[in-house]
Amino acid sequence: MLLLNCPWCGPRDETEYHYGGQAHVPYPQDPSALSDEEWAQYLFFRDNPKGPFAERWCHSVGCRRWFNVIRDTRTYEVLAVYTNSEPRPQVGAGVEAGGSR
Amino acid sequence: MAKLLPEHPAWLWRDPDPRSSYDAIVVGGGGHGLATAYYLARNHGMTNLAVLEKGWLAGGNMARNTTIIRSNYLWDESAAIYEFALKQWELLPAELDYDFLFSQRGVLNLAHTLQDVRDSTRRIQANRLNRVDAEWLEPDEVAKVCPILNVSPDVRYPVLGATFQPRAGIAKHDHVAWALARACDALGVDLIQNCEVTGFVKDANRVVGVETTRGRINAGTVGLVAAGHSSVLAEKAGFRLPVQSHPLQALVSELYEPVHPTVVMSNHVHVYVSQAHKGELVMGAGVDAYNGYGQRGSFHVIERQMAAALELFPIFGRAHLLRTWGGIVDVSPDASPIIGATPVENLYVNCGWGTGGFKATPSAGWAMAHTMATGEPHELNRPFGLERFTTGALIDEHGAAAVAH
Repeated sequence: MLLLNCPWCGPRDETEYHYGGQAHVPYPQDPSALSDEEWAQYLFFRDNPKGPFAERWCHSVGCRRWFNVIRDTRTYEVLAVYTNSEPRPQVGAGVEAGGSR
Repeated sequence: MAKLLPEHPAWLWRDPDPRSSYDAIVVGGGGHGLATAYYLARNHGMTNLAVLEKGWLAGGNMARNTTIIRSNYLWDESAAIYEFALKQWELLPAELDYDFLFSQRGVLNLAHTLQDVRDSTRRIQANRLNRVDAEWLEPDEVAKVCPILNVSPDVRYPVLGATFQPRAGIAKHDHVAWALARACDALGVDLIQNCEVTGFVKDANRVVGVETTRGRINAGTVGLVAAGHSSVLAEKAGFRLPVQSHPLQALVSELYEPVHPTVVMSNHVHVYVSQAHKGELVMGAGVDAYNGYGQRGSFHVIERQMAAALELFPIFGRAHLLRTWGGIVDVSPDASPIIGATPVENLYVNCGWGTGGFKATPSAGWAMAHTMATGEPHELNRPFGLERFTTGALIDEHGAAAVAH
């Protein structure tokens, strides 16, 4: 089981959290201007790296707030935890592939 | 010491070095990859071809699944491809001359709520329209099919009934792989293990070969059949796939006398259970929530799965866990597979099977082989192309397919 460090509540078991998938996927600025291909990319395509991955978690049975985690999907090691108002930390270079761009 | 041992029995397949060029290359030596190669040779006469496997044959999800075979899916497209597979499963032991213990012991999909009952009866009607065998069983009839199942009304999620597909069942997964590998080898296919694809050789936007840990190999056509690692390969080829890789765990008990005569699946409490021929109780559940390539998951998932199994089968209360393991499954947005062309010419993909690929081994191979050999999708996989995510013609089997994904 993962042990995740909620920025507000501290370290808690994975069972207290809800997973939210890839972080930093902004809603399109002008949705009606998107082509079908661009809309498909926004809706259905996400990075799936084997290596460091910036992802969202919600402390759903605690403070119920969302935050971001950079976690290595090979080892499940948590490399960084940061709030939505913080910039993405520069950790975890060396993505094997599958990935971040 | 070696002199005292009997001679090694005949190998089921050769262990060739890669040649410099093939008409076609299948990347991934699991069940689907082997089936693709088998049908390329058998149905399309393509024998100058190789299967490249980064580890050992059938050591990924083919070695890690819970061996359930069924075709009682809700949507027409899914019923077609899974029922085609089931019909092939019925023929393959004779065709491959290999008894891989295909046992049509039926599958029960339990209903625990009124909504479950409604969804189940709807799926039965859909199955019948697609000529897939399906019937509704009341709790007392469920108990006749599977006497060890607790159908008493005083549990948290009582069994209100079940759908039953008598032609469903299980097969011995390793033997399926070995049967296909032996048949491929006999047809002249090179099965090359310990050969990881590290890159793609392209001429403009057309793939003309692959870079591997055993050197460059040229190819007229390349098929990616790599399950959980499909995204990794697609990235190397320069395109994205709408799949996410998750750990999927399963477990077996120690060996017991035969007590479980069928396959039981429960969408609502979320566990599926059968008993292997050797005697292990085989159980699986849903994926771990997070993305992962680690071939392991979190223990609380196993714990919940055991709790569900114990409520359904009180007789398992004293059973001992023998081992748990994880595989990496590639889950697509609509929980349906992706089989067809990619943005790169002559490069095809079969992925996105998520938690349910084993049962589809024959039809996935059949359709992928047709697509690679002719450049056009087979009727089976025409609805399952990548383009459906742009057109919106999704095949939404989330929950509909008799199991939550």
